[in-house]
Amino acid sequence: MSTTTTVDAPAPRTDTTTEAVRPRRVRRRGERSRLATFATHGVLSLAGLIALFPIAWLIYLSLGPDKDDYLHPGRILGKAAFSNYSFVLEHTNFFKWLQSTLIVSLGTTVVGVLFAATTGYAVSRMRFPGHRKLMWILLLTQAFPIAVLIVPMYEILGDLGLIDTYGGLILVYCSTAVPYCAWLLKGYFDTIPHEIDEAGRIDGLSPFGTFARLIVPLARPGLAVAAFYSFITAFGEVAFASTFMLDDEKYTFAVGLRSFVSEHDAQWNYMAATAVLIAIPVSAFFYLVQRNLVTGLTAGGTKG
Amino acid sequence: MTVAVDSTAARTRGGRAPRPGPFGRLRRSYQKHWYAYAMIAPVVVVLGVLVLYPLVRGFYLTLTDADSLNSARTIGVNHIDATYRFIGLGNYADILWGPTAYDRFWSHFVWTIVWTALCVALHYVIGLGLAMLLNQKLRGRTFYRLLLILPWAVPTFVTVFSWRIMLSDSGVINSVLGSLHLPQPQWLEDPLFQRTAAVLVNTWCGVPFMMVSLLGGLQSIDPVLYEAAEMDGANPWQRFWNVTLPGLRPVSSTVVLLGVIWTFNQFNVIFLLFGNTAPDAQILVTWAYYLGFGQQPRDYAQSAAYGVLLLSMLAVFTSFYYRWLNRNEQLA
Repeated sequence: MSTTTTVDAPAPRTDTTTEAVRPRRVRRRGERSRLATFATHGVLSLAGLIALFPIAWLIYLSLGPDKDDYLHPGRILGKAAFSNYSFVLEHTNFFKWLQSTLIVSLGTTVVGVLFAATTGYAVSRMRFPGHRKLMWILLLTQAFPIAVLIVPMYEILGDLGLIDTYGGLILVYCSTAVPYCAWLLKGYFDTIPHEIDEAGRIDGLSPFGTFARLIVPLARPGLAVAAFYSFITAFGEVAFASTFMLDDEKYTFAVGLRSFVSEHDAQWNYMAATAVLIAIPVSAFFYLVQRNLVTGLTAGGTKG
Repeated sequence: MTVAVDSTAARTRGGRAPRPGPFGRLRRSYQKHWYAYAMIAPVVVVLGVLVLYPLVRGFYLTLTDADSLNSARTIGVNHIDATYRFIGLGNYADILWGPTAYDRFWSHFVWTIVWTALCVALHYVIGLGLAMLLNQKLRGRTFYRLLLILPWAVPTFVTVFSWRIMLSDSGVINSVLGSLHLPQPQWLEDPLFQRTAAVLVNTWCGVPFMMVSLLGGLQSIDPVLYEAAEMDGANPWQRFWNVTLPGLRPVSSTVVLLGVIWTFNQFNVIFLLFGNTAPDAQILVTWAYYLGFGQQPRDYAQSAAYGVLLLSMLAVFTSFYYRWLNRNEQLA
């Protein structure tokens, strides 16, 4: 591979007189000049800094004990303290919000994965009339703007007396989580060899048996990704949660965090502390599963 | 592609049997596919109850003049029945070509298109650039990668607030600009800069997903292709254009579609950055939310009509996109 056959520079490799050409000739594939390596590190560090800065800044501001400290960040350095954190943990609804967030997100996750699993399998393996249509609908529901469902959902939940209840919010989230999980799992099931199904069939398993005994155990990583994804979507959803949850003890984090900064009173220091408390466990968890997440997201897409 | 379920059934049936009547075919189809139908039943039920029914009801609402003053509501112990009327396609006509339709709909429409195109382009270009830098032998590659996906790992409702602090009049961004003797725009007040700020924040939030997906795509390109291209004397640019980009096609087509859908529907960034304060920076989704829930009286009918319009735009876009993809695939 080192024998490049270009027409313009037939200079032999040992020729010491063509110093200027030499570095380019000798460099092997995949090798770069010092300058290129330096530039790569420079660009990546800059990008990394931009990615990190807003979060680091939030953490820094959360250490400023007074309400106006965010306006004068220089002062925080001298009096950094964890007083915001203790205030948030002791005197706000933080744990109530945590509880409602967990109820809603976990509820959505469980329902989403349970309902979607068999469908993902059926869509991945069987060709039945209406197959393409179902795929198309699953894809289209992911494109639903919140605006199209929020008004009728508000009416329906109002009629059923489900406004301001966890169940209502879980139902709303399931409208996106269930088709989404089905789509995601279809992508994962596609990667499991069909020979496994056939082996199951030969050994006398029904399609349900094949699914339950062979495919589900193999698909655990895929199920985990689907679960995580529905969790994180429900966790970060703002529009439905801030419209349907009225009681400030039932707020999810996404709504509760906003309540620190209303028009009348902006408590940025408490907001920052709460934000950090929320962000740390979520991002830690995210880093654990992120590799699988990406393959899951892009796998199902291309094959219609 | 087909599994044993299908292939055995097809074989026993063969091609010679006379074509049965419609009922027979229905029964055949049921016998042959009942497993599949039983398996998709849960999702079909959920879709019917949680998506189709609200959709139909929402569509009906768009044909009325429902708002928070004439809808059914309960005040204390008194229940007031709904009194809204059926007005046909009046809402759509009003939105699309009623008086001041430009200010209410078309200006937001144009901004939404610009916003989507700009954000997705920035996501893709920056994401691809970073992915290509990460897709080479490099010391500290994992470290950079973990650092760069940070904006994706932290929920947007947290990071957008951080941006709000940073972009405020006396925030850190303007302080830095001031110390460099550059103009300090009012990011959160001036319409043009509101839009710039929104694009900026959304780009920051969206690049990591693109980067990681495209990195996966880059790693799946066979290195032999690069070797062959080099042997043929292709320069780096030609290699990028003729090997990298075609190799990324399957991933690109998916992530661009997802990116367009997500950006078009992006609620959190704009809503949390501006609340209801910035009418010029609202894209159609947040504007529809404002109409339905951010003002008094709440205009349910118009808000739902915006929703239906948005959904039809996305459906049209997606089907054209797929048709375009399929045609290109046949050519390739």
